[in-house]
Amino acid sequence: MKAGHVHVHAASHGGLYSRPFIESFEETPMLVAVFTYMSYGILTIFGYLRDFLRHWKIERCNIAREKEEQKDFVPLYQDFENFYNRNIYMRIRDSWNRPLCSVPGAKMDLLEQATHDYNWTFHYTGRVMHDVINLGSYNYLGFADNTGPCADSAAEATMKYGVGVASTRQEIGNLDRHEEMEKLVAKFLGVESAMTFGMGFATNSMNIPALSGKGCLILSDELNHASLVLGARLSGSTIRVFKHNNMQSLEKLLREAIVHGQPRTHRPWKKILIVVEGIYSMEGSVVRLPEVIALKKRYRAYLYLDEAHSIGALGPRGRGVVDYFGLDPCDVDVMMGTFTKSFGAAGGYIAGKRELIEYLRSHSHSAVYATSMSPPVMEQIITSMKCIMGEDGTTMGCERVRQLAKNTVYFRKRLREMGFIIYGNEGSPVVPMMLYMPAKIGAFAREMLKRNIGVVGVGFPATPIIESRARFCISAAHTKDVLDTALSVINEVGDLLQLKYSRRKRQPSLARPFDDNVYEDIDD
Amino acid sequence: MFMLLTHSQPCFFSFYTNNINMASGQQWVLVEMVQAFYEAPAYHLILEGILILWIIRLLFSKTYKLHETYRLTEKEKEDLIEEWQPEPLVPPVSKDHPSLSYDVVTGPPSHNIIINGKECINFASFNFLGLLDNERVKQKALASLKKYGVGTCGPRGFYGTFDVHLELESRLANFMKTEEAIIYSYGFATIASAIPAYSKRGDIIFVDEAACFSIQKGLQASRSFIKYFKHNDMEDLERLLKEQELEDHKNPRKARVTRKFIVVEGLYINTADICPLPELLKLKYKYKVRIFLEESMSFGVLGEHGRGVTEHFGVNIDDIDLISANMENAVASIGGFCCGRSFVIDHQRLSGQGYCFSASLPPMLAAAAIEALNIMEEDPDIFTVLREKCKHVYTALQGTPGLKLVGVQFAPALHLQLERSSGSRDSDMQLLRTIVEYVSPTRGVALTLARYLEKEERFLPSPSIRVVVTIEQTDQDIQKAVSCIQEAASAVLK
Repeated sequence: MKAGHVHVHAASHGGLYSRPFIESFEETPMLVAVFTYMSYGILTIFGYLRDFLRHWKIERCNIAREKEEQKDFVPLYQDFENFYNRNIYMRIRDSWNRPLCSVPGAKMDLLEQATHDYNWTFHYTGRVMHDVINLGSYNYLGFADNTGPCADSAAEATMKYGVGVASTRQEIGNLDRHEEMEKLVAKFLGVESAMTFGMGFATNSMNIPALSGKGCLILSDELNHASLVLGARLSGSTIRVFKHNNMQSLEKLLREAIVHGQPRTHRPWKKILIVVEGIYSMEGSVVRLPEVIALKKRYRAYLYLDEAHSIGALGPRGRGVVDYFGLDPCDVDVMMGTFTKSFGAAGGYIAGKRELIEYLRSHSHSAVYATSMSPPVMEQIITSMKCIMGEDGTTMGCERVRQLAKNTVYFRKRLREMGFIIYGNEGSPVVPMMLYMPAKIGAFAREMLKRNIGVVGVGFPATPIIESRARFCISAAHTKDVLDTALSVINEVGDLLQLKYSRRKRQPSLARPFDDNVYEDIDD
Repeated sequence: MFMLLTHSQPCFFSFYTNNINMASGQQWVLVEMVQAFYEAPAYHLILEGILILWIIRLLFSKTYKLHETYRLTEKEKEDLIEEWQPEPLVPPVSKDHPSLSYDVVTGPPSHNIIINGKECINFASFNFLGLLDNERVKQKALASLKKYGVGTCGPRGFYGTFDVHLELESRLANFMKTEEAIIYSYGFATIASAIPAYSKRGDIIFVDEAACFSIQKGLQASRSFIKYFKHNDMEDLERLLKEQELEDHKNPRKARVTRKFIVVEGLYINTADICPLPELLKLKYKYKVRIFLEESMSFGVLGEHGRGVTEHFGVNIDDIDLISANMENAVASIGGFCCGRSFVIDHQRLSGQGYCFSASLPPMLAAAAIEALNIMEEDPDIFTVLREKCKHVYTALQGTPGLKLVGVQFAPALHLQLERSSGSRDSDMQLLRTIVEYVSPTRGVALTLARYLEKEERFLPSPSIRVVVTIEQTDQDIQKAVSCIQEAASAVLK
């Protein structure tokens, strides 16, 4: 996925796209790649040195040890497995797991933590960092709130129903509110029916095995989430991986699969399931849905769309990637999504035709063995969904969707003008900014926190080894002032850490007012 | 070639010994070779000539590919693509499939439950300590909601860790008297993520046959060798361990890197009996296997302070490598936790899939769990009261006509199975369903059939009715329930 050029699909593909599809993944500059490899090399050498010192007790060893009585058991972990953890991850460990003590909204309060032994242990100083700008939480529509209609209805549900359910959907845990919520989700997405589950990760890992089994083929994107990979593995089907968002690769696999059949026996496949995501959170790219649907119809495969990040965040009405491209939701066979990101709750759903949902009601692992969703969480989902749909009588939902789109375009444009390398699609609220070197992940996170902004840095193994990045998640709750503050700080830190790698011509930022026509051609 | 080699051996020997003058040595070897050529018998030369020609032929012939013994034309490929018809995405489900119609509960699923419009006493939810509608728990959850909102909007690594989570983890570790605890946002995902974090391809796991479905999914995700031993049969387990020991002796290098685990439950959800923990510990130290204990049904039930099966047997908790439980039964919240020594638990923070790649537990649910722990710590008598009630129900349900009670005396979730099966699972289920429908809603006692995925379970348990004892049930409630069940059984199973 090292494309160095910008993809613009306006008139090509027979008019499949109703709007320009602009994605860019600028190539890694050669010098930066060389320096990044060198830095990993230096870290590895030092890692071996420290391990040697620790082994010979010259340096104090802070790692937890096995019990004395069990020293002659087979070791629980391979020593090498933990090399990366001990020597590289441990140095910048304070960039992650930062504890909050407030709502994860546009601004948050962080507990200050300090370490005296270079990140082996942390203790809390007792101070709280107030009003840290939050660029890391998945709060796309700003529903993470402790006041307002959503919180009020959740409070009511807590007092009326309690917090737990203590039974499964098929036994005695099916509340009337569950059925209402499912009807609402189906209406929101424009499909026949829907079913909800208590955890987004488990929705994938428990339902893909119910839909596909031995003798079926799963074609999954290179960069699919761990839950999709786990679900595909647990199903027992054959899995083939196509290059990220690459339709030629997918078509080639489809043709080969149908023509040659199952490996060795050449029997025809029972069914073929294409598994893609709406927005890929590490790349910021959006799936080429019109082309995938065209391929699926041509080759009679089934499409499983995971909209964990894109539901609520894309589309003029906030209905996800199907709405973004203006397509028919009935074309997608299985629509899956989570409520954690845009709805400020927890859990996942699967939606589609009535037969599909009836089958899942009787055969899904979650319906039989896992506890149903908690009532206050359900109320939060119902209220926020009604708000987005406009059924609560206000235009707040509509405004939030529009604000998010505005914020996304503005933020991306300004970052690119400053000279950073930004990956992903123009319309995606997930903005990965390339850092490349491992030390810069830690440095960037720490410098931003010093200036009261919380960001997320991601490195190996979530990304390829030299492509470490910082990932910003834009929210509708961010006002223009907040974004401007954040941008000026990022500019400052970018100059300090020399992060402006982009080699495209930098346009000076004109003092232009906000372009309200977000859904027309974006002139860049 | 062979002849040349054998005849040249003395030449080469002398070549090495007389390495002063290389050029003359080389010339000498060449002369020797030509001489040997003339002296060789004819058949030698012919054979070697044939061999040389064969090698040249093989070198220049086309390579033989196994797969492309045939090549399809473009038209044939298009025809195949046109003809291929996949199965429907899901097989059709008949309209009267029993799992399709769910019972609808209106109102809170607590002691007095309104199911399908009729008010009943709840003998079906796992609300052992009656904390589902406890006012204190609700108030704490409400306070937490007013402070944090509902969702956490991120996984633990990316601003999804709240001080409530850290507090709950340290409280759980203190309560269970272990070094560390880790919480998950879904009960099912707890043990299903914990097992694959430690046990990889090539490792060996010994599991009880009656293990619950989430353990089975964890085993499947781990890709290790699974060996099942008969339920609660320590001799069978010892036999398997001995066999493994013999294998290890044959291949000590492999044995040194193969990890071995035993996975058992404290109180089994499928059979309602208890695992023999002291014998398991003896086996652990004898054969050097680690123990993972799943305590969803026994946490908050067994033991003097509710610490589970380790306290019940008086076993040192450090001896168990990992204890996993869900907080959806006695603790009446959502989610699950694992506890144990830091050496073991800390690993899950980077390799537990359900921990790293999933959003964290909503803070109000964590606050509710903390308050439930407070209540459990303040009043350890509730566990004794619960066990008394369990005993009461156990003795009262003995002798039900046509039904046998499966489980131990102090288990809060018992099973009622048919004494004599009719032979087919479907008809058994139908009979039991009739009993359940007889008892509720007309009589006002809510029971439920134990549900399983028939095609997915490895050792499918027999159909049964779940009878759950909670601390909120009074003696009259129990009396009423028992008499209803006995009436239903004699009416339906004549």
